[in-house]
Amino acid sequence: MNVDKDLVAAMATPLVLAILVEGRSYGYAILKRVRELSAGDLEWTDGMLYPLLHRLDRLGYVSTEWGESDEGRRRKYYEITERGREQLADQRRQWETANRTLGGLWGLTAQTGA
Amino acid sequence: MDLDTHVAEWRASILRSRAVDPADADELESHLRDRVTDLRAAGLDDDEAFLIAVKRLGQVDALTAEYARVHSDRLWKQLALSRTDDEPRRPFIAMLAFAALAVVLNQTARLLTLSPEPDAWLLRDVGLVIFTPLVGYFAVVRRMPLRRSLVLLLIIGVLAAAVTLFPFSADSATSLIVAIHLPIVLWFVVGVAYVGGEVRASGRRMDFIRFTGEWVIYLALIVLGGGVLAGLTALILSPIAPDAIGEVLAWVVPSGGAAGIIVAAWLVEAKKSVIENLAPVLTAIFTPLFAVMLVVAAVGYAIAGLGREFDRELLTVFDVLLIVVLGLVVYGISARDAAKRVGVMDVLRLVAVVAAILLDALVLGSMIARVGELGFTPNRVAALGLNIVLIVNLFVTAVLLARIVWARTPAARVERWQTDYLPVFAGWVTAVVLVLPAVFAFR
Repeated sequence: MNVDKDLVAAMATPLVLAILVEGRSYGYAILKRVRELSAGDLEWTDGMLYPLLHRLDRLGYVSTEWGESDEGRRRKYYEITERGREQLADQRRQWETANRTLGGLWGLTAQTGA
Repeated sequence: MDLDTHVAEWRASILRSRAVDPADADELESHLRDRVTDLRAAGLDDDEAFLIAVKRLGQVDALTAEYARVHSDRLWKQLALSRTDDEPRRPFIAMLAFAALAVVLNQTARLLTLSPEPDAWLLRDVGLVIFTPLVGYFAVVRRMPLRRSLVLLLIIGVLAAAVTLFPFSADSATSLIVAIHLPIVLWFVVGVAYVGGEVRASGRRMDFIRFTGEWVIYLALIVLGGGVLAGLTALILSPIAPDAIGEVLAWVVPSGGAAGIIVAAWLVEAKKSVIENLAPVLTAIFTPLFAVMLVVAAVGYAIAGLGREFDRELLTVFDVLLIVVLGLVVYGISARDAAKRVGVMDVLRLVAVVAAILLDALVLGSMIARVGELGFTPNRVAALGLNIVLIVNLFVTAVLLARIVWARTPAARVERWQTDYLPVFAGWVTAVVLVLPAVFAFR
């Protein structure tokens, strides 16, 4: 299934923040987690994750720290901040509203269609 | 090619965008290598894994555009004069010191020439006042060994002694010619200091040619800014101290000019990336325009013929024109992507050069006829000599450009020819300064 680009873009921030709630992580691992969660349905150009992460950093939703990978390569880790958690909670409310609204409507049509 | 080479090339292409800084590149490279490791674990070989990993990261253009959107400030910071910690302080301090020295020398010379009857040698020495600090600046910044520095000092000393002590007669034509040519000779001395004394290295010579163009652009920008500053100063002072304006500007303008020469040289190296992009753009804009102008002029002159109005001024104008054309070609060629195929610009450069040669040949022919009629004067020899030096250079340049267009020879040949030719220029202007006055008995 192909998810519309605009929808993917809209989902990106809450998705990344929600993954970071599970613990601090780095770009490649975040992408792997997205793929896992969506069973491959969410197609994302890998590189685009990084400008997004940098924007979240600038907004103060995440903090960053350079660490090392097992192979000794430099790796940048991202950790969600208190402001990031607030932002995520806010976005979550918005998504739930959207879900409820559409879900109610579609639940209804599904019943009448049956 | 192995994986590291691939990654290094890809990294360089990402970094070409000013919006991506080395730390971002590290992050992306780390991602790329993680992906390659996973793909190889799935059974792909290095090349396949690299290709897929790069494709998944996305088009370099789209990616850097996204970075630019997030980090738009970075594009501007490139222009600001921030100093990172790993940048050496030495050039900056040397710049300040030599700019101050240049100002002091310049003002001293100005005050000396203020006397009611300034000696003619003072006017001839202006070039020395202007360029000696620049030579010193590069000798210090390049950490030239003592012996080479002494050689430079000796050269400047010989030039200074010659132009100061030569027994020029009053209202001497050769005196003026020396005053005009001395700065050019000194510019080559600056060049020797710029390349740190490695005058034989062709690559370093080319660096100096590029430096010359970038320095001219920076200096022009500084002069523009200085003009605005001087104009506003005059306007602001006029209500309170209208009489002081002349005096203030007489102190500020020469000082600013003298310092600007050093600051421009420092800027060329400190802010390399900024003008490096500008010079090729300027040549790209002006090469076609000059090509059109030259073709029109050549046709015009060929049809209308040359009047009797030909004099030294016009030949000097043609010397300047040839230098500009040469500059456009050299900077255009040196910015040309070696891997790129022959394009319109290559043809345009060839057209410009050929038209310039034809035009100059017409002028030169008439000049030589005139010299035959009226004999040699110092002015004619100086203008004619430079013209011949230039036209020989342009002729060979035209042949090499034609080979690039038709025979697909590498463009580096043109660069090589220009760097090899530099000593001819230097030799000619030095001869004009040191030998020509004596030949004409300092008239």
